[in-house]
Amino acid sequence: MKIIVCIKQVPAKDAPLAISGNWIKESDIGFEMNEPDSFALEEALRLKEKHGGEVIALSMGPERVKQTIKEALAKGADRGIHIVDDKFFELDPLGAAKALSAAVKSENPDLILTGLQSDDQGFGQTGVLMAAELDRPHATIIMAIEAADGKLKLKRELEAGWFQWIECPLPAVLSIQSGINKVRYATLKGIMAAKKKEIAVVTRESLGVTGEPTQRVEKIYVPVKTKKTEFLTGTPKEMAAKLVEKLKFDARVI
Amino acid sequence: MKILVVTEHRQGKWNNASFETLAAAQQIAAATNGSVVAAVLGKGVSAFAEELAAKAVAEVLAVDHDLLADYTPDGYCIALKQAIESAKPDLVLFPHTYQVRDFAPKLAAMLGKGMIGDCVGYRNEGGKLVFVRQMFQGKTVADVSFLGAGPWFASFQAGAFRADLVQAHSSGKAPVNAVSVQLAAAQIRTRPLELFKEAKSAVDLTQAPLIVAIGRGIKAPENIPQAESVAKAMGAEIAASRPICDEGWLPMERQIGSSGQTVAPKLYLALGISGAIQHVVGMKGARTIVAINKDQNAPIFEIADYGIVGDIFEIMPALTEELQKAK
Repeated sequence: MKIIVCIKQVPAKDAPLAISGNWIKESDIGFEMNEPDSFALEEALRLKEKHGGEVIALSMGPERVKQTIKEALAKGADRGIHIVDDKFFELDPLGAAKALSAAVKSENPDLILTGLQSDDQGFGQTGVLMAAELDRPHATIIMAIEAADGKLKLKRELEAGWFQWIECPLPAVLSIQSGINKVRYATLKGIMAAKKKEIAVVTRESLGVTGEPTQRVEKIYVPVKTKKTEFLTGTPKEMAAKLVEKLKFDARVI
Repeated sequence: MKILVVTEHRQGKWNNASFETLAAAQQIAAATNGSVVAAVLGKGVSAFAEELAAKAVAEVLAVDHDLLADYTPDGYCIALKQAIESAKPDLVLFPHTYQVRDFAPKLAAMLGKGMIGDCVGYRNEGGKLVFVRQMFQGKTVADVSFLGAGPWFASFQAGAFRADLVQAHSSGKAPVNAVSVQLAAAQIRTRPLELFKEAKSAVDLTQAPLIVAIGRGIKAPENIPQAESVAKAMGAEIAASRPICDEGWLPMERQIGSSGQTVAPKLYLALGISGAIQHVVGMKGARTIVAINKDQNAPIFEIADYGIVGDIFEIMPALTEELQKAK
């Protein structure tokens, strides 16, 4: 099974964000693999271990993104594709999906996996739009994958504790729910092996991706507080005592 | 502006977020001198359509087809594309449900359009509609606008609008019009099988008046007893954000958020929870919210009544002691 995993690099979880127009200042912060995508990568590696084949890590973004592709290679992906693009954040979801689709078309994969959504822009549309772009069946929020006889049996998560099994033919595009598996760490051997693995570099221009954006992020800002928060200060003991008093006598909830 | 609202139901029951989106549509229509059309898809949807017709809408579209009995992304996209092409709305609105996430972006793409998903509000800036959505896990919000001609597609997050503000029809009932769509079994590539729930949940957090919830800040499973002591001293149920349940540190049935339970207790104490959107939608209805987090910029403080910026490992034991004293 030939599997493409779409992986985004996003600001590190604890990175202090400074806003700059319709994006953030990238200079002073660290970046990491988008956590939801790490579950998709793990699922791809497990499918390969079970059914054989190849796992290709695909990412779009500036030069820094190479580090995340290397991490995927160190964990076991066979090769990488990097769509080098400094202005990726100006793309709308459709534009991003078109670029990613164009980069994998000639690969003709059996399966394309994405995470649930990115922890930066969080559009959560990439997988579904790639399915539209490549005219393939898709399913989202997947909690289990069973592959047999050229088709998939998938467990979809619905809301409020409900699930559903669905059957889906191959080739297909799946968006993986976070928590589907336990992600592995890269081993030292894996890290060494990754140095020899290939990362193909392309650009949106070289892929011939065109099209007008359908939407524009006008600006990003820190949300205006709608609720007045009373902050308690002091030593831990003082803060705990104040909180209990507030909850008992002001809010009257305990 | 003509607004089409696509409603959602499963197993004979409404998804109530449909009415939140209907309320949003009515408000946008009022602000833009427009009209609202409500659509319902499925097999045998006349009762749902009649219920929608009693609301303040210009028209209800009933899209009835045997192949729409169960949801499939192909079936819904093919049917709705035809309904939209005939109704010609300027804006198509959806509740931001898991089902909508599964098909709506593709539906928009099939019409060559884009979708602004998971919006928490909108603004009308002199006739230009701006949609507001969260980014960076709720640490920031963004104003997003559509480019080019409609129809435009957008979805609203659960809880962004109030379903009880849906206006009833002023003079009885809106017309219900059947929309016949061309749909063949061969066009539907995925096959839905049985719906099921995992092992019946032993705890019903929706009934708990007091909830102590933990997030990533708890760091390791061996630290959970400290939070459980706080909960015990308070007489509260313990709950968690998704990552904790994904790790298996607490059972899935104790998960609060869009993929877990939605609760509205008297008190919600969030320990080491950053307040990502997916969690907040499950608990923002709590009467009193207390957040304890080491990051003063954590989005959980946006909705907290009381906040403590500090180390939960210092505060949890102190809080347990104070709660025991206060009994």
